Amino acid sequence: MTVTALLFASYAEALGSDRLELAFPGSATVGEVVAQLRALPGGAALPPSPLVAVNLTYARADQRVANGDEVAIIPPVAGG
Amino acid sequence: MSIRSAIVRRAIDVAALLAEVQETANGATVAFVGHVREVNDGRAVTGIEYSAYGEMAERELAAIASECASAYGIAHLAIEHRLGTLTLGEASIAIVVAHAHRAPAYEASRFIIEEVKRRLPIWKREGYVDGSSEWVNASGVPQAGAAQEHRT
Repeated sequence: MTVTALLFASYAEALGSDRLELAFPGSATVGEVVAQLRALPGGAALPPSPLVAVNLTYARADQRVANGDEVAIIPPVAGG
Repeated sequence: MSIRSAIVRRAIDVAALLAEVQETANGATVAFVGHVREVNDGRAVTGIEYSAYGEMAERELAAIASECASAYGIAHLAIEHRLGTLTLGEASIAIVVAHAHRAPAYEASRFIIEEVKRRLPIWKREGYVDGSSEWVNASGVPQAGAAQEHRT
């Protein structure tokens, strides 16, 4: 199963990319996607429980992700 | 009924937004404009670069507008949030709300800006007079050490 992780702002800089394809042997949760990102070089910049959106909607860490899902890791927002 | 929100990459025309919500049923129009301030956390600012998760930001802003319309009985509102590089004094967001009476208009305006600050996936990188720049977190404080960049 593969998901697309989207990274923004400081997180994209830390990991050196704004888009990464991540593969999982079986199913995975949002939390497991985050854990895989945190294990990458520069991944320590991500907190253990960042804000995450799956397919454009905010999601909890225990939510399951499906093949092809777009999992966005959202840094602390600063709009306005 | 005129409820509109947009993420834009051009200057915000506040007068146009005011015109958009004009309706003789409304006795009160509240306009909130957020713009780039010259000092943040004691440092002299030259400008701010706004970036976003564009598709989601459009959706969240539309959701905020719709929630506001239901919660405060607002039938006329317009919101624009700008992205890109803004210089001092330029508007990054404008919220224009009209209602028959002032109290709901003020409350609705406040609701929108607080929800924008809480959940709109938009980020800003502040540039300073010394040539450096930093990502700013939700509390408005530069993230010391994190993703700091110095112009060469």
